Amino acid sequence: MQWETVIGLEIHTQLATQSKIFSGSSTRFGAAPNTQACAVDLGLPGVLPVLNREAVRLAVRFGKAIDAELAERSVFARKNYFYPDLPKGYQISQYEFPIVGEGRVEIVLDDGTVHEIGVTRAHLEEDAGKSLHEDYQGSTGIDLNRAGTPLLEIVSEPDMRSAAQAVAYAKKVHQIVRWIGISDGNMQEGSFRVDANVSVRPAGQTTFGTRAEIKNVNSFRFLERAIQFEVERQIDLITAGGKVVQETRLYDPDRDETRTMRVKEEANDYRYFPDPDLLPVQLDAAFIAAAIADLPELPDAMRERFQADYGLADYDANLLTAGRELAAFFEAVAQGSGAPKLAANWIGGELTAALNKSGLEIGASPVTADQLAGLIRRIQDGTISGKIAKQVFEALWNDGGDADQVIAEQGLKQITDSGAIESLIDSIIAANQDQVAQYRAGKEKVFGFFVGQVMKQSQGKANPQQVNDLLKQKLLA
Amino acid sequence: MALDRSDVEKIAHLARLAVAPADCDRYAHDLSNILDLVARMDAVDTTGVEPMAHPLHMTQRLRPDLATEPDQRDRFQAIAPQTDAGLYLVPKVIE
Repeated sequence: MQWETVIGLEIHTQLATQSKIFSGSSTRFGAAPNTQACAVDLGLPGVLPVLNREAVRLAVRFGKAIDAELAERSVFARKNYFYPDLPKGYQISQYEFPIVGEGRVEIVLDDGTVHEIGVTRAHLEEDAGKSLHEDYQGSTGIDLNRAGTPLLEIVSEPDMRSAAQAVAYAKKVHQIVRWIGISDGNMQEGSFRVDANVSVRPAGQTTFGTRAEIKNVNSFRFLERAIQFEVERQIDLITAGGKVVQETRLYDPDRDETRTMRVKEEANDYRYFPDPDLLPVQLDAAFIAAAIADLPELPDAMRERFQADYGLADYDANLLTAGRELAAFFEAVAQGSGAPKLAANWIGGELTAALNKSGLEIGASPVTADQLAGLIRRIQDGTISGKIAKQVFEALWNDGGDADQVIAEQGLKQITDSGAIESLIDSIIAANQDQVAQYRAGKEKVFGFFVGQVMKQSQGKANPQQVNDLLKQKLLA
Repeated sequence: MALDRSDVEKIAHLARLAVAPADCDRYAHDLSNILDLVARMDAVDTTGVEPMAHPLHMTQRLRPDLATEPDQRDRFQAIAPQTDAGLYLVPKVIE
C-alpha cells in the first residue's frame, strides 16, 4: 500500500528581550540557578504580571514577516497543568485570540520544488523552568531562571508531506526569526525548539490518521531522523494490524528511535480560560507601524533580487541569503568587485570552506568583504589567475593586508607577456623532445605534461589560456 | 447539562483538589445547576457581541523591556522546604 505522511510543526522560539515577558527578571542565558527568578516568576501569592512591550513588538514583526493577519485585540489565557517547573500551576499563554493569525511560509526543496506551508497562528506565552532529574537521589532540582522567558509559539498547518519538507520549513522559520532579529535561534541553548505532529494515512484518504507528537527536537538533523523513524513505526504498526495511539513521544538520538513519553490520561484537558490578571492587548496602527518600520528586506525578496540584479543561479541565491550577515557580505563583495558571479563562487567556495575549517561565522571572517572584493578585481582584470588567487586568499586570511600588496610583495602578478611565455615554452620543448614526438604521434595526453612544465617553471604565474594557445601552436608547428 | 459523580472526581483530580467522597454528589448537583444557568444564557442571540475577556473596559499596559529585578535568591530560598546548590528540590519527577 502507498502511504502518505502528514506533518505539522509547533515551534517555540525564545524572543530576544532583556527581561521576561511578565516580570523584570533578566533573561540572560547561563546564570547561576534561580538568580534570575523573581517573585512573579516564582508564582508567589499576590504578584501580578505586567506585559513586556518588546515581546509584543517582536511578535508583530514576525506576523508581518510571514504575511499574517495581526490581531487588533489578543487575549492571554491560563493553560492549567501541574508540574514542578511551572510554579503557578498554569502557564500564561494565548488560546482563542492569539496575537498573530494565519500566515504562510514558502519553502524550496533541494530538488527545486517550491511549497507554501500555512501558519495557523503564532501566540505569545511564557516558558517554564528547567527540571534536573539526574543529580539528586530521590529528588528533582528545579531552576526557574527560564520560567517566564518570552516565547512565540508558531503553529503550522498539517501541510508537510515528508521529513524533508518539515526540515525545510523549520529551517525557513529559523532563518526568518534570526533575519528579523526577534530571536537568536540558538538551538543548543533551547532558543528554538521544534515539536512535530506526525501521522500517516493510505494515499488518497482525505481524513487524517491518528497522530503522535514528538517533543523538543533540538537539531534539524534529529528532526528529520525522528520523523523518518516515526513514520516507519506507524506504518509497521498499522500494517501489522495495530493502531496508532495519540501520545507524546521523545526522540532518542543515541538509539535513533522515538519512544513513549507519556500517554496523557486527560489529553489536552488544560481548561484554558482568560487570565483575569491581564487585560486584552490592543494593537493600534501606530504601534504596528513602529514595530515593522525597520524590518529588513526579507530573505525571499532578497533571493529574487539577487537572481534578477546579479544574475545568480537558484542555488547561489539561496545559499547567499541563508543569513543576513552573509547576504550583506555578498552584496559588498559583488559591488566592490563588479563581478557578482565570481563573488558568489568565492564566498560559496573558498571563503565558506575556510570559515568552516576554523569554525567561524561570517561576521568573524578574517578576510573582510573589502579585501575579498580587492582580490576578485585582480582576477577579473587578469592580474592573477584563479589558482594564484587562492594563494593570495590564504595570505589575506593568515596575514591580512590587501590583495595588491600581497601580489606585489610575493611577485604573483600573472605573466601575460606572450613573448616571455613563448621563450619559456621554447626551452621546454627543446628539453623534452621525446614527449614532443609522442604528442605529434597522437598521444594527446602528453599535452598536460607541457602545461604542467610551463606552470611549474613560471611558478603558476603564466596566464593559463595563453599557455594553452601558444603550446598548441608550437607543438603542432 | 448534568454532571455526575465521576465528572466531579475528574475535575477535582485535574485541579488537585481533595474533595471528600461524601461531598461529591452535592457538588455534582450544585455544579449542574450552574451549568444549567449558563445553558439558559447560551440561548441568547449574541451575534455581533465581542466575547468579554475581562470585566474592565481597559487594555493592557505595556512595560518597557528592562531587567530591573535584583537577585534575591537567598531570601526566596529561605522559605523553601528544600534547596541545594541554588536549586529548589522537589520529590522526584519521572517523565
